[in-house]
Amino acid sequence: MSEAEAPGVTTEIESEEPVTGKRTLVLNMGPQHPSTHGVLRLLLELDGETILSCRPDIGYLHTGIEKEFEVKLYQQAVTLTDRVDYLAPLSNNLGWCLAVEKLLGLEIPPQAQWMRVMLTELTRLNSHLVWLGTHALDIGAMSVFLYCFREREDILRIFEAFSGQRMMTSYFRIGGLALEPPRGWHERVKKFIDVFPSRVDEYEDLLTNNQIWIGRTRGVGVMTLEDMLDLGVTGPMLRAGGLKIDARKDEPYSSYDQFDFEVPVHTESDVYARYQVRIEEMRQSARIVRQAMEGMPPGAWKADAPHVVLPDRDKMKTQMEALIYHFKIVTEGFRVPEGEVYQVIESPRGELGYYVVSDGTAKPWRVHMRTPSFGNLQATARMVEGTLIANVIAAIGSMDFVLGDTDR
Amino acid sequence: MLPDSLRENTLAVSVADFDADAVAGGKLDRGELTLEIAPAKIVSICGFLKYDRKFVRLSTVTAVDRYPAEPRFEVVYHLHSVARNQRVRLKCRLRGADPAIESVTPVWRGADWYEREVFDLFGIRFLNHPDLRRIMMPDDWEGHPLRKDYPITGARI
Repeated sequence: MSEAEAPGVTTEIESEEPVTGKRTLVLNMGPQHPSTHGVLRLLLELDGETILSCRPDIGYLHTGIEKEFEVKLYQQAVTLTDRVDYLAPLSNNLGWCLAVEKLLGLEIPPQAQWMRVMLTELTRLNSHLVWLGTHALDIGAMSVFLYCFREREDILRIFEAFSGQRMMTSYFRIGGLALEPPRGWHERVKKFIDVFPSRVDEYEDLLTNNQIWIGRTRGVGVMTLEDMLDLGVTGPMLRAGGLKIDARKDEPYSSYDQFDFEVPVHTESDVYARYQVRIEEMRQSARIVRQAMEGMPPGAWKADAPHVVLPDRDKMKTQMEALIYHFKIVTEGFRVPEGEVYQVIESPRGELGYYVVSDGTAKPWRVHMRTPSFGNLQATARMVEGTLIANVIAAIGSMDFVLGDTDR
Repeated sequence: MLPDSLRENTLAVSVADFDADAVAGGKLDRGELTLEIAPAKIVSICGFLKYDRKFVRLSTVTAVDRYPAEPRFEVVYHLHSVARNQRVRLKCRLRGADPAIESVTPVWRGADWYEREVFDLFGIRFLNHPDLRRIMMPDDWEGHPLRKDYPITGARI
Protein backbone atom coordinates (compact mmCIF):
# COMPACT_ATOMS: atom_id res chain seq x y z
CA MET A 1 0.00 0.00 0.00
CA SER A 2 1.43 3.37 -0.91
CA GLU A 3 1.68 5.98 1.78
CA ALA A 4 -1.04 8.13 0.29
CA GLU A 5 -3.57 5.28 0.55
CA ALA A 6 -2.66 4.19 4.04
CA PRO A 7 -5.34 5.08 6.55
CA GLY A 8 -4.54 7.70 9.08
CA VAL A 9 -1.85 9.43 7.02
CA THR A 10 -2.29 13.14 6.63
CA THR A 11 -2.00 14.06 2.99
CA GLU A 12 -4.09 17.23 2.73
CA ILE A 13 -0.99 19.36 2.44
CA GLU A 14 -0.32 17.94 -1.04
CA SER A 15 -3.65 19.01 -2.38
CA GLU A 16 -3.26 22.59 -1.24
CA GLU A 17 -2.74 25.27 -3.87
CA PRO A 18 0.92 26.28 -4.10
CA VAL A 19 1.44 29.62 -2.38
CA THR A 20 3.60 31.13 -5.10
CA GLY A 21 1.72 29.74 -8.08
CA LYS A 22 4.81 27.79 -9.09
CA ARG A 23 5.14 24.02 -8.86
CA THR A 24 6.09 22.98 -5.38
CA LEU A 25 7.44 19.76 -3.97
CA VAL A 26 6.18 18.13 -0.82
CA LEU A 27 9.00 16.41 1.02
CA ASN A 28 8.29 13.92 3.74
CA MET A 29 11.02 14.10 6.37
CA GLY A 30 10.88 11.36 8.96
CA PRO A 31 9.58 9.61 10.98
CA GLN A 32 12.74 7.56 10.49
CA HIS A 33 15.12 10.36 9.55
CA PRO A 34 18.19 10.12 11.82
CA SER A 35 18.30 13.82 12.60
CA THR A 36 14.70 13.93 13.81
CA HIS A 37 15.91 12.24 17.03
CA GLY A 38 13.16 9.73 17.36
CA VAL A 39 9.98 9.59 15.41
CA LEU A 40 9.11 13.12 14.35
CA ARG A 41 7.63 13.53 10.89
CA LEU A 42 7.79 16.85 9.08
CA LEU A 43 5.84 17.55 5.91
CA LEU A 44 7.78 20.24 4.10
CA GLU A 45 6.41 22.07 1.09
CA LEU A 46 9.36 23.30 -0.95
CA ASP A 47 9.89 25.83 -3.67
CA GLY A 48 13.37 24.93 -4.80
CA GLU A 49 15.27 24.85 -1.54
CA THR A 50 13.03 27.31 0.26
CA ILE A 51 10.48 26.00 2.72
CA LEU A 52 7.02 27.40 2.05
CA SER A 53 5.21 25.53 4.77
CA CYS A 54 6.08 23.01 7.42
CA ARG A 55 3.66 20.70 9.13
CA PRO A 56 4.94 18.58 12.02
CA ASP A 57 3.20 15.26 12.56
CA ILE A 58 3.65 13.77 16.03
CA GLY A 59 2.08 10.94 18.00
CA TYR A 60 4.19 8.02 16.75
CA LEU A 61 5.45 7.43 20.28
CA HIS A 62 2.15 7.97 22.08
CA THR A 63 1.92 5.31 24.77
CA GLY A 64 -1.00 6.54 26.85
CA ILE A 65 1.09 7.20 29.94
CA GLU A 66 -1.45 9.70 31.32
CA LYS A 67 -4.11 6.97 31.18
CA GLU A 68 -1.73 4.52 32.81
CA PHE A 69 -1.25 6.86 35.78
CA GLU A 70 -4.92 6.47 36.65
CA VAL A 71 -4.59 2.75 37.42
CA LYS A 72 -1.30 2.93 39.31
CA LEU A 73 -0.76 3.61 43.00
CA TYR A 74 1.00 6.90 43.65
CA GLN A 75 4.32 5.27 44.49
CA GLN A 76 4.11 2.86 41.54
CA ALA A 77 3.72 5.75 39.11
CA VAL A 78 7.30 6.93 39.75
CA THR A 79 8.51 4.35 37.25
CA LEU A 80 6.19 5.78 34.58
CA THR A 81 7.74 9.21 34.87
CA ASP A 82 11.21 7.89 33.94
CA ARG A 83 9.91 6.76 30.62
CA VAL A 84 8.44 10.09 29.57
CA ASP A 85 11.66 11.98 29.03
CA TYR A 86 14.23 9.23 28.91
CA LEU A 87 17.15 11.66 28.73
CA ALA A 88 16.17 13.35 31.98
CA PRO A 89 14.55 10.61 34.10
CA LEU A 90 15.41 12.18 37.44
CA SER A 91 13.91 15.55 36.51
CA ASN A 92 10.63 13.77 35.83
CA ASN A 93 10.89 11.76 39.05
CA LEU A 94 11.38 15.04 40.89
CA GLY A 95 8.39 16.78 39.29
CA TRP A 96 6.08 13.91 40.13
CA CYS A 97 7.33 13.47 43.69
CA LEU A 98 7.10 17.21 44.43
CA ALA A 99 3.54 17.35 43.10
CA VAL A 100 2.37 14.42 45.24
CA GLU A 101 4.27 15.71 48.27
CA LYS A 102 2.53 19.05 47.84
CA LEU A 103 -0.83 17.26 47.87
CA LEU A 104 0.19 15.30 50.95
CA GLY A 105 1.72 18.34 52.67
CA LEU A 106 4.86 16.33 53.30
CA GLU A 107 8.07 17.89 54.61
CA ILE A 108 11.26 16.48 53.04
CA PRO A 109 14.47 16.40 55.15
CA PRO A 110 17.32 18.66 53.96
CA GLN A 111 19.69 15.87 52.99
CA ALA A 112 17.13 14.32 50.66
CA GLN A 113 16.42 17.73 49.13
CA TRP A 114 20.08 18.47 48.49
CA MET A 115 20.69 15.00 47.14
CA ARG A 116 17.78 15.56 44.77
CA VAL A 117 19.28 18.85 43.63
CA MET A 118 22.67 17.27 43.03
CA LEU A 119 21.31 14.36 41.03
CA THR A 120 18.88 16.54 39.06
CA GLU A 121 21.75 18.78 38.02
CA LEU A 122 23.80 15.74 36.98
CA THR A 123 20.75 14.78 34.92
CA ARG A 124 20.82 18.20 33.29
CA LEU A 125 24.48 17.66 32.40
CA ASN A 126 23.64 14.22 31.05
CA SER A 127 20.82 15.60 28.91
CA HIS A 128 22.81 18.57 27.62
CA LEU A 129 25.73 16.27 26.73
CA VAL A 130 23.50 14.06 24.61
CA TRP A 131 22.04 17.16 23.02
CA LEU A 132 25.44 18.69 22.24
CA GLY A 133 26.84 15.46 20.86
CA THR A 134 23.93 14.66 18.58
CA HIS A 135 23.34 18.27 17.54
CA ALA A 136 26.98 18.64 16.49
CA LEU A 137 26.78 15.28 14.73
CA ASP A 138 23.74 16.46 12.76
CA ILE A 139 25.59 19.54 11.57
CA GLY A 140 28.69 17.55 10.70
CA ALA A 141 31.04 17.77 13.68
CA MET A 142 31.63 14.09 14.30
CA SER A 143 34.20 14.09 17.06
CA VAL A 144 32.23 16.21 19.57
CA PHE A 145 29.84 13.30 19.90
CA LEU A 146 32.63 11.01 21.14
CA TYR A 147 33.82 13.54 23.71
CA CYS A 148 30.30 14.16 25.05
CA PHE A 149 29.50 10.48 25.43
CA ARG A 150 32.73 9.95 27.34
CA GLU A 151 31.49 12.28 30.10
CA ARG A 152 27.95 10.97 29.86
CA GLU A 153 29.26 7.51 30.65
CA ASP A 154 30.75 8.85 33.90
CA ILE A 155 27.40 10.35 34.87
CA LEU A 156 25.52 7.14 34.08
CA ARG A 157 27.99 5.23 36.28
CA ILE A 158 27.20 7.62 39.12
CA PHE A 159 23.49 6.99 38.59
CA GLU A 160 24.15 3.27 38.59
CA ALA A 161 25.99 3.52 41.90
CA PHE A 162 23.05 5.38 43.43
CA SER A 163 20.09 3.49 42.05
CA GLY A 164 21.37 0.35 40.35
CA GLN A 165 20.09 1.68 37.02
CA ARG A 166 21.80 3.71 34.32
CA MET A 167 18.76 5.28 32.65
CA MET A 168 15.44 4.34 34.26
CA THR A 169 16.64 5.29 37.70
CA SER A 170 13.35 5.86 39.62
CA TYR A 171 15.60 7.03 42.44
CA PHE A 172 13.35 9.71 43.89
CA ARG A 173 10.36 8.40 45.78
CA ILE A 174 7.47 10.15 47.40
CA GLY A 175 8.91 11.23 50.74
CA GLY A 176 12.59 11.12 49.83
CA LEU A 177 14.95 8.76 48.04
CA ALA A 178 14.56 5.10 47.11
CA LEU A 179 17.75 3.90 48.74
CA GLU A 180 20.39 5.18 51.09
CA PRO A 181 23.11 6.99 49.10
CA PRO A 182 25.89 4.45 48.40
CA ARG A 183 29.12 4.42 50.36
CA GLY A 184 31.77 6.47 48.58
CA TRP A 185 29.34 8.56 46.51
CA HIS A 186 31.23 11.67 47.61
CA GLU A 187 34.50 10.54 46.01
CA ARG A 188 32.77 9.43 42.83
CA VAL A 189 31.00 12.72 42.31
CA LYS A 190 34.10 14.70 43.30
CA LYS A 191 36.25 12.82 40.79
CA PHE A 192 33.80 13.67 38.05
CA ILE A 193 33.12 17.28 38.97
CA ASP A 194 36.83 18.09 39.37
CA VAL A 195 37.53 17.35 35.72
CA PHE A 196 34.21 18.31 34.17
CA PRO A 197 34.80 22.08 33.70
CA SER A 198 37.98 21.33 31.74
CA ARG A 199 35.95 18.96 29.57
CA VAL A 200 33.51 21.76 28.77
CA ASP A 201 36.56 23.79 27.69
CA GLU A 202 37.40 20.95 25.31
CA TYR A 203 33.95 21.09 23.69
CA GLU A 204 34.28 24.83 23.37
CA ASP A 205 37.72 24.46 21.76
CA LEU A 206 36.10 22.27 19.14
CA LEU A 207 33.07 24.44 18.43
CA THR A 208 32.86 27.96 19.83
CA ASN A 209 35.30 29.63 17.40
CA ASN A 210 34.95 27.00 14.70
CA GLN A 211 34.12 28.87 11.47
CA ILE A 212 32.08 26.01 10.03
CA TRP A 213 30.07 25.72 13.25
CA ILE A 214 29.45 29.47 13.32
CA GLY A 215 28.53 29.44 9.64
CA ARG A 216 25.96 26.71 10.18
CA THR A 217 24.41 28.17 13.34
CA ARG A 218 24.68 32.00 13.37
CA GLY A 219 21.46 33.65 12.24
CA VAL A 220 19.74 30.27 11.75
CA GLY A 221 16.40 29.37 13.30
CA VAL A 222 15.77 32.88 14.60
CA MET A 223 12.51 33.56 16.43
CA THR A 224 11.33 36.67 18.19
CA LEU A 225 10.63 36.59 21.90
CA GLU A 226 6.96 37.51 21.31
CA ASP A 227 6.50 34.53 18.98
CA MET A 228 8.15 32.17 21.42
CA LEU A 229 6.03 33.30 24.38
CA ASP A 230 2.89 33.12 22.27
CA LEU A 231 3.67 29.61 21.02
CA GLY A 232 4.52 28.18 24.45
CA VAL A 233 8.28 27.84 24.04
CA THR A 234 10.22 27.51 27.33
CA GLY A 235 13.64 26.76 28.73
CA PRO A 236 17.01 27.42 27.09
CA MET A 237 15.29 28.61 23.90
CA LEU A 238 13.59 31.47 25.76
CA ARG A 239 16.80 32.30 27.59
CA ALA A 240 18.64 32.43 24.25
CA GLY A 241 16.00 34.95 23.18
CA GLY A 242 16.80 37.37 25.97
CA LEU A 243 14.27 36.46 28.67
CA LYS A 244 15.68 35.58 32.08
CA ILE A 245 13.25 32.89 33.11
CA ASP A 246 14.13 29.85 35.15
CA ALA A 247 11.82 28.04 37.57
CA ARG A 248 14.79 27.24 39.79
CA LYS A 249 15.13 30.97 40.50
CA ASP A 250 11.57 32.23 40.02
CA GLU A 251 9.65 29.48 41.84
CA PRO A 252 12.34 27.69 43.85
CA TYR A 253 11.64 24.10 44.79
CA SER A 254 13.63 21.45 46.63
CA SER A 255 15.85 24.13 48.31
CA TYR A 256 17.27 25.56 45.06
CA ASP A 257 17.09 28.97 46.75
CA GLN A 258 20.04 27.94 48.93
CA PHE A 259 22.36 27.52 45.96
CA ASP A 260 24.45 30.16 44.28
CA PHE A 261 24.25 30.04 40.47
CA GLU A 262 23.63 32.29 37.47
CA VAL A 263 20.97 32.02 34.77
CA PRO A 264 22.77 32.50 31.44
CA VAL A 265 20.95 34.73 28.94
CA HIS A 266 21.70 35.60 25.33
CA THR A 267 19.73 37.82 23.02
CA GLU A 268 20.42 36.68 19.44
CA SER A 269 17.77 33.94 19.58
CA ASP A 270 19.52 31.83 16.94
CA VAL A 271 20.96 28.31 17.00
CA TYR A 272 24.35 29.62 18.12
CA ALA A 273 22.86 31.53 21.06
CA ARG A 274 21.04 28.37 22.18
CA TYR A 275 24.34 26.53 22.01
CA GLN A 276 25.99 29.23 24.15
CA VAL A 277 23.18 29.16 26.71
CA ARG A 278 23.38 25.40 27.13
CA ILE A 279 27.18 25.40 27.38
CA GLU A 280 27.00 28.02 30.13
CA GLU A 281 24.22 26.07 31.82
CA MET A 282 26.55 23.09 31.97
CA ARG A 283 29.11 25.19 33.81
CA GLN A 284 26.45 26.48 36.22
CA SER A 285 25.09 22.97 36.83
CA ALA A 286 28.60 21.82 37.64
CA ARG A 287 28.79 24.66 40.19
CA ILE A 288 25.54 23.52 41.80
CA VAL A 289 26.70 19.90 41.94
CA ARG A 290 29.91 20.98 43.66
CA GLN A 291 28.03 23.11 46.21
CA ALA A 292 25.62 20.28 46.95
CA MET A 293 28.42 17.76 47.29
CA GLU A 294 30.53 19.94 49.60
CA GLY A 295 27.70 21.31 51.73
CA MET A 296 25.52 18.21 51.96
CA PRO A 297 23.61 18.54 55.24
CA PRO A 298 23.58 15.50 57.51
CA GLY A 299 20.37 13.79 58.47
CA ALA A 300 17.75 11.51 57.04
CA TRP A 301 17.38 10.69 53.36
CA LYS A 302 13.64 10.07 53.66
CA ALA A 303 10.81 11.77 55.49
CA ASP A 304 9.48 10.63 58.83
CA ALA A 305 6.05 9.67 57.53
CA PRO A 306 5.46 5.97 58.18
CA HIS A 307 2.12 5.89 56.34
CA VAL A 308 3.82 7.04 53.09
CA VAL A 309 7.48 6.04 53.20
CA LEU A 310 8.52 2.39 53.28
CA PRO A 311 10.27 1.42 56.56
CA ASP A 312 13.90 0.28 56.76
CA ARG A 313 14.41 -3.44 56.18
CA ASP A 314 15.98 -4.08 59.57
CA LYS A 315 13.09 -2.36 61.36
CA MET A 316 10.68 -4.62 59.55
CA LYS A 317 12.41 -7.62 61.11
CA THR A 318 12.18 -6.30 64.65
CA GLN A 319 9.12 -4.03 64.82
CA MET A 320 5.53 -5.12 64.28
CA GLU A 321 4.43 -1.57 63.38
CA ALA A 322 7.01 -1.30 60.60
CA LEU A 323 5.90 -4.62 59.14
CA ILE A 324 2.26 -3.54 59.14
CA TYR A 325 3.03 -0.22 57.46
CA HIS A 326 5.13 -1.98 54.84
CA PHE A 327 2.30 -4.40 54.10
CA LYS A 328 -0.29 -1.62 53.89
CA ILE A 329 1.78 0.62 51.61
CA VAL A 330 2.73 -2.18 49.23
CA THR A 331 -0.71 -3.75 48.96
CA GLU A 332 -3.10 -0.81 49.02
CA GLY A 333 -0.90 2.27 48.85
CA PHE A 334 -1.56 5.46 50.77
CA ARG A 335 -4.46 7.83 50.48
CA VAL A 336 -3.76 11.31 49.17
CA PRO A 337 -6.07 14.14 50.29
CA GLU A 338 -8.51 15.46 47.74
CA GLY A 339 -7.31 18.42 45.70
CA GLU A 340 -5.30 19.48 42.70
CA VAL A 341 -1.82 20.90 42.23
CA TYR A 342 0.29 22.12 39.35
CA GLN A 343 3.97 21.66 40.20
CA VAL A 344 6.51 23.28 37.90
CA ILE A 345 10.18 22.39 37.71
CA GLU A 346 12.92 23.47 35.30
CA SER A 347 13.79 20.38 33.28
CA PRO A 348 16.80 20.51 30.91
CA ARG A 349 14.34 21.34 28.13
CA GLY A 350 12.19 23.93 29.88
CA GLU A 351 9.04 24.10 31.95
CA LEU A 352 7.96 20.68 33.13
CA GLY A 353 4.61 20.81 34.92
CA TYR A 354 2.78 18.03 36.69
CA TYR A 355 -0.95 18.64 37.09
CA VAL A 356 -2.24 16.05 39.54
CA VAL A 357 -5.89 15.71 40.55
CA SER A 358 -6.60 13.56 43.58
CA ASP A 359 -10.04 12.24 44.61
CA GLY A 360 -8.85 11.09 48.02
CA THR A 361 -7.99 7.50 47.07
CA ALA A 362 -4.65 5.73 46.62
CA LYS A 363 -4.62 6.27 42.85
CA PRO A 364 -4.58 9.62 41.06
CA TRP A 365 -7.84 10.62 39.36
CA ARG A 366 -6.03 12.46 36.61
CA VAL A 367 -2.42 13.32 35.81
CA HIS A 368 -1.43 15.71 33.07
CA MET A 369 2.18 16.34 32.18
CA ARG A 370 2.97 19.71 30.68
CA THR A 371 6.10 18.59 28.89
CA PRO A 372 8.59 21.12 27.51
CA SER A 373 9.22 19.22 24.27
CA PHE A 374 5.54 19.41 23.27
CA GLY A 375 5.41 23.17 23.76
CA ASN A 376 8.73 23.79 22.04
CA LEU A 377 8.01 21.58 19.07
CA GLN A 378 4.89 23.55 18.31
CA ALA A 379 7.13 26.42 17.21
CA THR A 380 8.88 24.35 14.50
CA ALA A 381 6.78 25.67 11.66
CA ARG A 382 7.27 29.28 12.73
CA MET A 383 11.01 28.73 12.97
CA VAL A 384 11.73 27.09 9.61
CA GLU A 385 9.14 28.54 7.23
CA GLY A 386 10.82 30.84 4.71
CA THR A 387 14.30 29.47 5.36
CA LEU A 388 16.40 26.98 3.41
CA ILE A 389 15.95 23.25 3.82
CA ALA A 390 19.57 22.76 4.90
CA ASN A 391 18.83 24.86 7.99
CA VAL A 392 15.97 22.65 9.16
CA ILE A 393 18.37 20.13 10.68
CA ALA A 394 20.24 22.80 12.63
CA ALA A 395 17.02 24.54 13.69
CA ILE A 396 15.16 21.50 15.02
CA GLY A 397 18.36 20.21 16.61
CA SER A 398 18.63 23.43 18.61
CA MET A 399 15.20 22.78 20.17
CA ASP A 400 16.49 19.72 22.01
CA PHE A 401 13.20 17.83 22.04
CA VAL A 402 12.67 14.25 23.09
CA LEU A 403 9.81 12.54 21.30
CA GLY A 404 8.91 10.42 24.31
CA ASP A 405 8.42 13.70 26.14
CA THR A 406 6.32 15.11 23.32
CA ASP A 407 3.99 12.19 22.69
CA ARG A 408 3.76 10.70 26.19
CA MET B 1 -20.09 34.74 42.05
CA LEU B 2 -16.73 35.23 43.66
CA PRO B 3 -16.56 33.22 46.92
CA ASP B 4 -15.95 35.22 50.10
CA SER B 5 -12.61 33.50 50.66
CA LEU B 6 -11.22 35.24 47.55
CA ARG B 7 -12.39 38.80 48.42
CA GLU B 8 -8.83 39.63 49.51
CA ASN B 9 -7.18 38.19 46.40
CA THR B 10 -6.38 41.09 44.04
CA LEU B 11 -6.24 38.98 40.89
CA ALA B 12 -9.54 37.23 41.57
CA VAL B 13 -11.16 40.56 42.43
CA SER B 14 -9.86 42.18 39.23
CA VAL B 15 -11.35 39.38 37.13
CA ALA B 16 -14.67 39.73 38.96
CA ASP B 17 -14.56 43.50 38.43
CA PHE B 18 -13.95 42.99 34.71
CA ASP B 19 -16.93 40.67 34.31
CA ALA B 20 -18.79 39.58 37.44
CA ASP B 21 -21.03 37.16 35.49
CA ALA B 22 -18.03 35.24 34.17
CA VAL B 23 -16.77 34.05 37.54
CA ALA B 24 -18.71 30.98 38.65
CA GLY B 25 -16.51 30.17 41.63
CA GLY B 26 -12.97 29.67 42.76
CA LYS B 27 -10.61 28.67 45.52
CA LEU B 28 -7.15 29.26 46.87
CA ASP B 29 -5.81 25.84 47.75
CA ARG B 30 -2.18 24.97 48.65
CA GLY B 31 -1.18 28.41 47.43
CA GLU B 32 -2.67 27.90 43.96
CA LEU B 33 -5.47 30.10 42.69
CA THR B 34 -8.26 28.44 40.72
CA LEU B 35 -11.02 30.47 39.08
CA GLU B 36 -14.07 28.81 37.68
CA ILE B 37 -15.20 30.58 34.52
CA ALA B 38 -18.50 30.33 32.68
CA PRO B 39 -17.64 28.48 29.42
CA ALA B 40 -19.23 31.16 27.23
CA LYS B 41 -16.90 33.81 28.68
CA ILE B 42 -13.58 31.99 28.43
CA VAL B 43 -12.14 33.92 25.46
CA SER B 44 -12.92 37.35 26.85
CA ILE B 45 -11.51 36.45 30.29
CA CYS B 46 -8.35 35.02 28.71
CA GLY B 47 -7.97 38.17 26.62
CA PHE B 48 -8.35 40.32 29.74
CA LEU B 49 -5.80 38.25 31.65
CA LYS B 50 -3.30 38.29 28.81
CA TYR B 51 -3.45 41.94 27.77
CA ASP B 52 -4.44 43.59 31.05
CA ARG B 53 -2.94 41.33 33.71
CA LYS B 54 0.19 40.33 31.70
CA PHE B 55 -0.41 36.59 31.63
CA VAL B 56 1.60 36.32 28.42
CA ARG B 57 2.15 32.57 28.65
CA LEU B 58 -0.39 29.81 28.36
CA SER B 59 1.36 26.90 30.08
CA THR B 60 -1.08 24.20 29.16
CA VAL B 61 -4.68 23.31 28.37
CA THR B 62 -6.01 20.00 29.55
CA ALA B 63 -9.22 18.37 30.75
CA VAL B 64 -10.53 16.22 33.58
CA ASP B 65 -13.32 13.69 33.15
CA ARG B 66 -15.55 13.54 36.27
CA TYR B 67 -17.66 10.67 34.93
CA PRO B 68 -20.31 9.76 36.04
CA ALA B 69 -20.86 13.18 37.67
CA GLU B 70 -22.50 16.04 35.77
CA PRO B 71 -21.27 18.44 34.45
CA ARG B 72 -18.89 15.77 33.34
CA PHE B 73 -15.88 17.58 31.90
CA GLU B 74 -13.56 20.26 33.25
CA VAL B 75 -11.39 22.10 30.76
CA VAL B 76 -8.39 23.41 32.68
CA TYR B 77 -6.11 26.26 31.60
CA HIS B 78 -2.82 27.07 33.34
CA LEU B 79 -1.68 30.64 32.79
CA HIS B 80 1.68 32.13 33.70
CA SER B 81 2.66 35.76 34.06
CA VAL B 82 6.41 36.13 33.62
CA ALA B 83 6.50 39.80 34.66
CA ARG B 84 4.56 39.19 37.89
CA ASN B 85 5.90 35.66 38.48
CA GLN B 86 2.38 34.44 39.08
CA ARG B 87 0.26 31.52 37.96
CA VAL B 88 -3.48 31.04 37.79
CA ARG B 89 -5.68 28.11 36.86
CA LEU B 90 -8.94 28.63 34.97
CA LYS B 91 -11.58 25.96 34.87
CA CYS B 92 -14.69 25.57 32.73
CA ARG B 93 -17.27 22.88 33.38
CA LEU B 94 -18.97 21.26 30.38
CA ARG B 95 -21.86 18.83 30.20
CA GLY B 96 -21.21 15.29 28.99
CA ALA B 97 -23.43 15.41 25.90
CA ASP B 98 -21.52 16.84 22.90
CA PRO B 99 -19.06 18.95 24.93
CA ALA B 100 -17.80 22.04 23.12
CA ILE B 101 -16.12 25.29 24.09
CA GLU B 102 -14.74 28.31 22.27
CA SER B 103 -11.06 27.99 21.32
CA VAL B 104 -8.53 30.36 22.90
CA THR B 105 -6.19 30.22 19.88
CA PRO B 106 -7.03 33.86 19.00
CA VAL B 107 -5.47 34.85 22.34
CA TRP B 108 -2.47 32.48 22.35
CA ARG B 109 -1.45 30.68 19.16
CA GLY B 110 0.22 28.12 21.40
CA ALA B 111 -3.19 26.80 22.46
CA ASP B 112 -3.41 25.08 19.06
CA TRP B 113 -1.76 21.74 19.89
CA TYR B 114 -3.05 21.62 23.46
CA GLU B 115 -6.64 21.94 22.29
CA ARG B 116 -6.05 19.36 19.59
CA GLU B 117 -4.78 17.00 22.28
CA VAL B 118 -7.88 17.55 24.44
CA PHE B 119 -10.08 17.05 21.38
CA ASP B 120 -8.24 13.85 20.52
CA LEU B 121 -8.15 12.26 23.98
CA PHE B 122 -11.40 13.61 25.51
CA GLY B 123 -13.60 14.37 22.52
CA ILE B 124 -14.22 17.99 23.53
CA ARG B 125 -14.69 20.18 20.46
CA PHE B 126 -13.09 23.61 20.29
CA LEU B 127 -15.14 26.02 18.23
CA ASN B 128 -13.29 28.28 15.76
CA HIS B 129 -10.10 26.27 16.15
CA PRO B 130 -7.97 26.66 12.99
CA ASP B 131 -7.03 22.99 12.56
CA LEU B 132 -8.99 20.64 14.82
CA ARG B 133 -7.62 17.18 14.01
CA ARG B 134 -6.41 14.28 16.12
CA ILE B 135 -2.81 14.74 17.21
CA MET B 136 -1.76 11.69 19.25
CA MET B 137 -4.01 8.90 18.00
CA PRO B 138 -4.27 7.83 14.33
CA ASP B 139 -6.73 9.91 12.26
CA ASP B 140 -9.19 6.99 11.91
CA TRP B 141 -9.23 6.05 15.59
CA GLU B 142 -12.61 5.63 17.25
CA GLY B 143 -13.23 6.81 20.79
CA HIS B 144 -11.35 9.09 23.13
CA PRO B 145 -8.85 7.23 25.34
CA LEU B 146 -8.67 9.54 28.35
CA ARG B 147 -12.41 9.38 29.01
CA LYS B 148 -13.18 7.38 32.12
CA ASP B 149 -15.56 5.04 30.28
CA TYR B 150 -12.81 4.08 27.83
CA PRO B 151 -11.18 0.80 28.98
CA ILE B 152 -7.56 0.74 30.09
CA THR B 153 -7.00 -2.58 28.28
CA GLY B 154 -8.90 -4.62 25.74
CA ALA B 155 -9.40 -1.85 23.19
CA ARG B 156 -9.57 -2.78 19.53
CA ILE B 157 -6.23 -3.08 17.72
